Amino acid sequence: MLKVKDLHAEINGKEILKGINLEVKPGEVHAIMGPNGSGKSTLSMVLAGNPAYTVTGGSAEFNGKDLLEMLPETRSHEGLFLGFQYPVEIPGVSMVNFMRAAINAKRKYMDQPPMSATEFLKLMREKRAIVELDNKLASRSVNEGFSGGEKKRNEIFQMAMLEPKLSILDETDSGLDIDALRIVAEGVNKLKTANNATIVITHYQRLLDYIKPDVIHILYKGRIVRTAGPELALELEERGYDWIKEEVDKQDA
Amino acid sequence: MQVNALQQYIDLYRDNKALIEDNSASLLNSFREDAFSRLSATHLPAKGSEDYELSDLDGMLAPDYGLNLSRLPLGFDPALSFRCDVPNLSTSLFMLLNDSWAETEISRRALPDGVIVCPLRKAAEEYPDLVAKYYGRAADGDNPLVALNTMLVQDGFFMYVPKGMKLEKPVQLVNIFAGGIPMMAVRRMLIVIDDDAEARLLVCDHTQNEEQDFLSLQTIEIFAGERASFDIYDLEESTRRTSRLSTLYLRQAERSNVLVDGITLFNGTTRNEYHCTFDGRHCELRLLGMAIEDEQRHIDNYTMIRHNTPDCHSNELFKYVVDDEAKGAFAGRIYVADGAVKTEAYQSNRNLVGSDKARMMSKPQLEIYNDDVKCSHGSATGQLDPMQLFYMRTRGLSEETARLLLKQAFMADVIEGVRMPMVRDRLRLLVERRLSGEKKLCQDCNEECPAHDTITL
Repeated sequence: MLKVKDLHAEINGKEILKGINLEVKPGEVHAIMGPNGSGKSTLSMVLAGNPAYTVTGGSAEFNGKDLLEMLPETRSHEGLFLGFQYPVEIPGVSMVNFMRAAINAKRKYMDQPPMSATEFLKLMREKRAIVELDNKLASRSVNEGFSGGEKKRNEIFQMAMLEPKLSILDETDSGLDIDALRIVAEGVNKLKTANNATIVITHYQRLLDYIKPDVIHILYKGRIVRTAGPELALELEERGYDWIKEEVDKQDA
Repeated sequence: MQVNALQQYIDLYRDNKALIEDNSASLLNSFREDAFSRLSATHLPAKGSEDYELSDLDGMLAPDYGLNLSRLPLGFDPALSFRCDVPNLSTSLFMLLNDSWAETEISRRALPDGVIVCPLRKAAEEYPDLVAKYYGRAADGDNPLVALNTMLVQDGFFMYVPKGMKLEKPVQLVNIFAGGIPMMAVRRMLIVIDDDAEARLLVCDHTQNEEQDFLSLQTIEIFAGERASFDIYDLEESTRRTSRLSTLYLRQAERSNVLVDGITLFNGTTRNEYHCTFDGRHCELRLLGMAIEDEQRHIDNYTMIRHNTPDCHSNELFKYVVDDEAKGAFAGRIYVADGAVKTEAYQSNRNLVGSDKARMMSKPQLEIYNDDVKCSHGSATGQLDPMQLFYMRTRGLSEETARLLLKQAFMADVIEGVRMPMVRDRLRLLVERRLSGEKKLCQDCNEECPAHDTITL
């Protein structure tokens, strides 16, 4: 589904990604972990197409198509979803109008007629239930005045609406209390099928108690320095990142 | 450009005094000589001088415009074929074609007892005492634009709502520019809402001929009596070849409540002045403005709110979206006089600039000669937030749609300020259409409308 080869990217002239290799297959859940500043969020921004970042080398293929050539909106239409670490507030644009515009933009891309208002509201109701998102929030401006937990639930709600093939969830667990974490993780699990895939970016083992990854990658200094099974997360929880940093720094030196 | 554009109008007046006066009312004529002598002794403020940031008055007045001094009649009913952009509004509709009153089927219908809506010239002849009590009493004769209007004006719009009368139906005035030669319309509006009366007025400026130069020189005087309530929405939908010089003067008596809303959707070069003065205590004023500017359009809004009396509230909000090579300017001043205690005055100007070549100038000013007041002013000019745009695009919205939604959202609070629900809903749609790049908002306008035809004077 996703094949990233030797991906290099920079922002404001500073190289952050220094050769990422990553392959994700349908049905898989990958976790990307790593210390602060290692490039985890940059990787998610680059894959989603944030124009603030410049790709300086490598390639990324998404279902056989060149991902890096696509506009952010095309990536979305093709089935890529990014759950933001810091969901953006958009005062004056209601969640309902926003989602309706999003759904209909995708349908247009797929050569389908726009969804009727009745159909759309039914879909909203259905998907809202997955993350127990209050109806009131759906009629408010996008993320405006939402609590931290509500913002994250809103991300998963949007993911449910758009039914992506690949979801990248960037620190969806940060700023969540244990109940919100459970709701968000259960939402992600409910949306999991044999045909879609998820990349979970996180600092902590905690989220991985709820969302069971098949593969864990450790990102450090812009490269994936280790890839292993779920047992790696437990080891990190126990030993921290220092031993990996030391190993990598030794090799670099 | 002529060295002194003003001189040609002074000469025009001197050479055509009799013609101008024969085709107007004696009350209006009695103000001309004074305006003439003031104009002869002054010159137009230069572009870039204080409060005239973008207004090149000399340049705007320089072209050789035709004036309909002999008041040739129109000979048709424009209301029969003209459909306004704010349709289905149950309004009492009146029309001015250039600066001439257009007698329409609707304008002949009876208004509630004591309410007068008619040509200013007719009002000056039929109700001379009433008109004399107010005409020229709010506008500042030393303002060269007012003096020019006063010297040349022959007709216009008069509206009077008597004491205690609550006018249910909004009054709508449609100003249409049409003609085959460059035309200048000298328009005067006098609006008196007497004590305890209520009324709402929607003014729409339209230009029918895209390929012709027009200049609108308009002075509006509004008097709100004690406890009176009045809304005026002044909507400009003209063309890039239309120039507009508008000066609005408002006087508010005790406990009156007024909303002034200046909306510029399409224009060429515009200067709007809003001079608002409180003469009694406990007055309320909401002053709203919105401008959507692209291509090479210019707009310069000047506002002055005078808190001369205690306990008055004013709340001002102006928003601009400026794209391409357009230019916008806002100069807003709030003056709180000595003794005007318990004043509350808030002013805000917010602008979105969408291109490298677009320009926005903002000058918020507060002058306070008093303690015990609550005042604030703020101005912010910026671009659309790239993170908001990116967030929306990751959900599948095209960049264009994302920009449109964000610009609409930006204008939302000005639109919400409209107190007439029908106008608010319609305005929301017009703004959406305008921002989506539609060239003409007047979808209903009939090509067979006689206003499209050339009128030779």
